[in-house]
Amino acid sequence: MKVSLFTTCLGELFYVDVLKDTTEVLERLGCEVDVPEGQICCGQPSYNSGYKKESIGPAKHMIETFENADYIVSPSGSCTSMFREYPKIFADEPEWAERAKRIAEKTYEFTSFIVNVLGVEDVGAEFHARVTLHTSCHMTRLLGERDSHYRLLSHVKGLELVKLPNNYDCCGFGGTFSVKMTPISEQMVDEKIRHIEETKAEVLVGADASCLMNIGGRMRRLGKPVKVMHIAQILNSHQEEEAAHHANESRKSTVL
Amino acid sequence: MPMKVGNLPFFEGVDKAISNTYMVNAVSSAQDGLREKKLKATVGDETLGDWEEWRRAGEEIRQFTLNHLDYYLKQLSDNFAARGGHVYFAQTVEEAQNYVRKIVRSKNAKNIVKSKSMVTEEISLNEALEAEGCDVLETDLAEFILQVDKDRPSHIVVPSVHKDRRKVREAFQKLGYSGSDEPKELAAFARKTLREKFLHADVGITGCNFAVADTGSICLVTNEGNANMVTSYPETQITVMGMERLVPSWKELDVLVTLLCRSSVGQRLTTYVTDITPADQTDTVDGPKDFHLVIVDAGRSRALGTEFQPALQCIRCAACLNVCPVYRHIGGHAYGSIYPGPIGAVLSPILGGYKEYGKLPYASSLCAACTEACPVRIPLHELLIKHRQKYVAGAGHPQTGEKIAMKAFGIGAKSPFLFKAGMKMAPIFLKPLVHDGSISKGPGPMKPWTHGRDLPAPSKENFREWFKKHQAEAGNPPTTVNADGSRSEAK
Repeated sequence: MKVSLFTTCLGELFYVDVLKDTTEVLERLGCEVDVPEGQICCGQPSYNSGYKKESIGPAKHMIETFENADYIVSPSGSCTSMFREYPKIFADEPEWAERAKRIAEKTYEFTSFIVNVLGVEDVGAEFHARVTLHTSCHMTRLLGERDSHYRLLSHVKGLELVKLPNNYDCCGFGGTFSVKMTPISEQMVDEKIRHIEETKAEVLVGADASCLMNIGGRMRRLGKPVKVMHIAQILNSHQEEEAAHHANESRKSTVL
Repeated sequence: MPMKVGNLPFFEGVDKAISNTYMVNAVSSAQDGLREKKLKATVGDETLGDWEEWRRAGEEIRQFTLNHLDYYLKQLSDNFAARGGHVYFAQTVEEAQNYVRKIVRSKNAKNIVKSKSMVTEEISLNEALEAEGCDVLETDLAEFILQVDKDRPSHIVVPSVHKDRRKVREAFQKLGYSGSDEPKELAAFARKTLREKFLHADVGITGCNFAVADTGSICLVTNEGNANMVTSYPETQITVMGMERLVPSWKELDVLVTLLCRSSVGQRLTTYVTDITPADQTDTVDGPKDFHLVIVDAGRSRALGTEFQPALQCIRCAACLNVCPVYRHIGGHAYGSIYPGPIGAVLSPILGGYKEYGKLPYASSLCAACTEACPVRIPLHELLIKHRQKYVAGAGHPQTGEKIAMKAFGIGAKSPFLFKAGMKMAPIFLKPLVHDGSISKGPGPMKPWTHGRDLPAPSKENFREWFKKHQAEAGNPPTTVNADGSRSEAK
């Protein structure tokens, strides 16, 4: 199965490890991965801030770049949901709306793709830790993907999954919201961290790097010992030593 | 100014709210409680069937009614008048105030009792009548508490959600109350005080949950029974309704009352659902002798036929407030509008303009919890984005720096060359700021982020270079995408 990886700008800028793990997991599951060279940002930051005109160029460019892909897969619920929004952006340009629709239909979030398209729940990973999961807003409410990540984690050997209280509440990222409404955003992330601590988890896992950057960045500032990992990193872990190494490595190399 | 709550600029209001941990705790625990109740009464109630189907029905009814609003308003008006009632269409807040004032003056009324109504808050009716020398009494328990305490509602359905019983006791002490903070005792005191007033009321004023066009009736959905007192003691009744709050017939009313009760407070049905019509007809034995219906536009028609029309679908259940993480942390007063929360952030700029309420659409992380909770499927978070579009296109005053940055983004984000160059340069430019793998003090646009959070250091490794090597190791030639979208081997 041919998969074109939609890397996301946050991924390329901060989380190269996550992209590597995403690639390797997909390849291990038999996918032929390619990385379309022309890809850039999906335009979500400007679109959500009200700058629609400024978002149309990036959106058209992304449509052209990914048009020939069989499947488009991204390790981010949020960026995936932006691709799914594209048809709405082009309400006034029917031809582009049609092209946008075709893109939207073949775009999948990473965990959703593994479970719903590849039909795999056990990727053969092993990771020994007490883990809690942050289910992001765009993943659950905009994409309607509510359980792929749970299913995948439930098959990871050695992993103890603890439910995060109030998991439905936003972590306070919200793109430009985090810098425009900083005081409110900080209250939201602090409550999220209180809930994470209640679970006594060693690792917080999520499938959206943006939320993890927010929660992880705040935890790091507050000196909290909880490790923050992207689900691709967990799914690409094979044995205890390597997993521990993996977690430490990413902890050091990024705020994740 | 009508609609306005408090006089603090938005961010000062937010700071004040955040530092009030007492209020924040009251609001968040109310949210958690209401969420549980709502889930039980909606998706968790098997007797109801598919909740999503109910929502779709609610949406369809509201959209249909709005699309034929002129027809049904005429029908409502004709039927209400045919039963002997008086209908007045108020285009502005002032017109609504003036009409009510005129009625009150003509009756030489001094004692006015009110049941809970958001639209009368919106048009500052109490202030207008008090200026006439009237004694206006809020008879809904929560509204009564706020009135005694000179406070304003912070929630559409549970107006005193920011107070607990200790605060209620403190408020009642202003009326000479000396009892405990036991809810039963507090309620008994309120009841005694209110009953006295009901007996001497000249005019009763209510809001309107729904008006039924084909019978000319007004439907009030309440739990305390005070609205029934307000509408049965005084000889004169004035009902104030937002112009969009009507349904074609009782068949649609059934669906909307079901959605309202279950979504707002998690009840299958509230204690009272009261439908009243003007009294001088043969089959009515009691009720007000002189019944006035004031239908208020006050900016609503500005949304009709526009991309903001879905905002008028709202049935004021406050389900969106009850799930909003922003409302959870700042409460209602910080919004500075009588309509707070997600629906408030959508409605307030429509009714009160961007100058006053233009920041509210930004007070959302676009998490879409509101959209998911709305029983009539208003795409709330999408409407917030549409407001932002208006704001930056000239309705408001976005910062110049932001405008320039977004323009630059619009150019940079469609150029793969600039994008790749940026990805390569970032680790080099930001290197001086990186300490121990992250940035804790960022300049310029990074400053608000690093106020309370660390920013990761850009990855030193370049993913695309890694990927090329990775493919070469695996024996796959790296592919590239050509201008026409086709793939070929990278050179």
